[in-house]
Amino acid sequence: MTIEGLYIIIAAMLIAASSALVGSFLILRKMSMMGDAISHAVLPGIVFAFLLSGSRAGLPMLLGAAATGVLASLLIELLYRKAQLPQDASIGITFTWLFALGVIFISSYTGQVDLDQECVLYGEIALVPLDWLYTGAGSAIAPRAIVYGVVLLLVVGVYLLLGYRGLLITSFQNDFAAALGISTAFWHFSFMSLVSVTTVLSFETVGAILILAFLVVPPATAYLMTQRLRVMLVWAVFWGLLAAVEGYFLARWIDGSIAGAMASVAGLNFMGVALVKQVLKRKKRATAFHTAAVK
Amino acid sequence: MEKVIDFLSFQDPTVRLVVAGTVLLSISAAVVGCFAYLRKRALVGDALAHSLLPGVAMAFLFSGQKDPWLLLLGAMISGWLALGAMELIQQHTKLASETSIALVLSVFFGFGVLLLTYLQHHGGGDQAGLDQFLFGNAASMRSSDLYAYGLVGMVLLVMIGAFYKELKLYCFDPDHAEAIGLPTRILRYLLNTMTVLATAIGIQSVGVVLMAALLITPAATARFWSYRLRTMLFLAALGGAVAGLGGSFASYLAPAMPTGPWIVMVLSFLALVSIFLAPRVGIFARMWRQRQNQRKIIRENLLKAFYHGLENKEAQHAWLSRPEWQEQRHLPEWEWQIGFRQLRRRRWVLRRSGRYRLTERGLAEARRVVRLHRLWELYLSRYLALGKDHLHPGAESIEHLITPEVEKELLRELDYPEQDPHRSPIPYKS
Repeated sequence: MTIEGLYIIIAAMLIAASSALVGSFLILRKMSMMGDAISHAVLPGIVFAFLLSGSRAGLPMLLGAAATGVLASLLIELLYRKAQLPQDASIGITFTWLFALGVIFISSYTGQVDLDQECVLYGEIALVPLDWLYTGAGSAIAPRAIVYGVVLLLVVGVYLLLGYRGLLITSFQNDFAAALGISTAFWHFSFMSLVSVTTVLSFETVGAILILAFLVVPPATAYLMTQRLRVMLVWAVFWGLLAAVEGYFLARWIDGSIAGAMASVAGLNFMGVALVKQVLKRKKRATAFHTAAVK
Repeated sequence: MEKVIDFLSFQDPTVRLVVAGTVLLSISAAVVGCFAYLRKRALVGDALAHSLLPGVAMAFLFSGQKDPWLLLLGAMISGWLALGAMELIQQHTKLASETSIALVLSVFFGFGVLLLTYLQHHGGGDQAGLDQFLFGNAASMRSSDLYAYGLVGMVLLVMIGAFYKELKLYCFDPDHAEAIGLPTRILRYLLNTMTVLATAIGIQSVGVVLMAALLITPAATARFWSYRLRTMLFLAALGGAVAGLGGSFASYLAPAMPTGPWIVMVLSFLALVSIFLAPRVGIFARMWRQRQNQRKIIRENLLKAFYHGLENKEAQHAWLSRPEWQEQRHLPEWEWQIGFRQLRRRRWVLRRSGRYRLTERGLAEARRVVRLHRLWELYLSRYLALGKDHLHPGAESIEHLITPEVEKELLRELDYPEQDPHRSPIPYKS
């Protein structure tokens, strides 16, 4: 494996690990489609950040773009509560609108924005080794995607360390948490901000829809395997990392999109675990039936 | 400007064809979307649209050309696989249906992207057009494509017309439909097939990613204007048609622009207008009603306070000073301000040199509110056997809501009582 390949895998693994942690809570809160919505809705924010800051956006700009994601969750809430639309329709209307706005921005400023329509959907992970961050003095630090990935993992880690208990209780027992005087709105919107930051920082690397694959599929696989949250988090990270590595080699082998390959193998992993789970269940039922029959 | 006129005059046969095609595709998607919306399966349509990508890419991979019927076949197959996968996950695992939708959506799409990029690196022929499935490009459709997709759209509309009654019943009350012996299983397959087909042809003009908008947004918009399914379907179709027209117009003015985002912008604009302005259920209508209610409550509370002041002085038609009036009830100052203004505007209260008096109409209204309050207290104590100190709060909120009909009923039920449980007289029309 070349050093470039290593960079790509490291960048993907960083994103996979952070998304697995965030996505586990997304699943537990039954908000996977909210993740879908936010991953699309940050697009106009990102394009705007690009336009304002020239071709290369700094971290504060990216955080500004993440605010678009929070705005989208506010908008969904507004449609759901004030206009009394069903929740799924609120989500559908909001994210398609924001995403369409973003695509129109991109097509109108093709020369000025270093993004194209396809990159928006499945990222440009293959370009990771080509795009380096430099210090003020001009010496290279690391590929930009890797720096972003480390920042993302730190943000997610700190948030989960500080907010684990609050997030846990509002995920499982929202009403009980409210009765205890815990601000459920605070946890909802701070978590939505975390999802937005995750999306924005991984956007250029894996794109809007494949970030959803990283957010949902490995945690869903882990969810099938255990009922303990801590165990689930560990497994989710494991499946995320595995998909990143497998996906890279699959893409190399058939010469296709790396991010697409990662999503595909994540799906295969899920299918494998679900099948094994199903077979074990059958066997258990059969043995139970057998022992009952013998008695 | 010339191009605008060119477009609007529909002189150019290609323009006519593209517009007719886009409008028809949008209409059939919007109509089918209404049923998905009513079954609360709006986001399944989103997942379906994304899941068609591998099928479309496969069809191209095997045939090496963009034949519309083959692409439709591929889309059908991968759409059905996606639906089946979602159903299996929901039945056999503990994952929430939301999660299964997101999972199938992202994995199928990822696989589609993988195939698509593989094609771009390896395929020959005219694969250039394939990425138009992502955001749609109405202008790039050839006439043979348009005929094929248009035909499918027509078939969809005819099927909905033919099975209208059954579909309607199934969407609103599937249990009842099953109980009266409708083949609900077949109806479900029918609806799913129609959704897959509508999505498959819809992605030609809006693309995979934004297809959800074409299914959901017209339906949600139409719902604001009507509760009747027939009207809703018609309005959704109209919204879809307008958006299709707008999209093909944008695509005509700037051929490099994808059509999808513009169609979605038009749809979202229509939705936004409806959400705020629709009569009865729009946000403005709701806010207005709420405000009217709030003012009515403030007004009636002020009248009641005045009446209590009169009772204290034991002389009707008397003048009260403002402190005498205000000491009857503790309300924030702004409520007094709004209330005064309301009462003065209705000429229910007169003011002379700092003292206030109710007019005939004002007094009648005050009597009515106090009467309702005391009647309700009596009703609560007699029929619910509530203690005396529990009567007031309930009466305080219901007195603003009791209609004349309910009042009559109460009077008959209580047999025109003289006093409430606190031994205060119940005022009747003098």
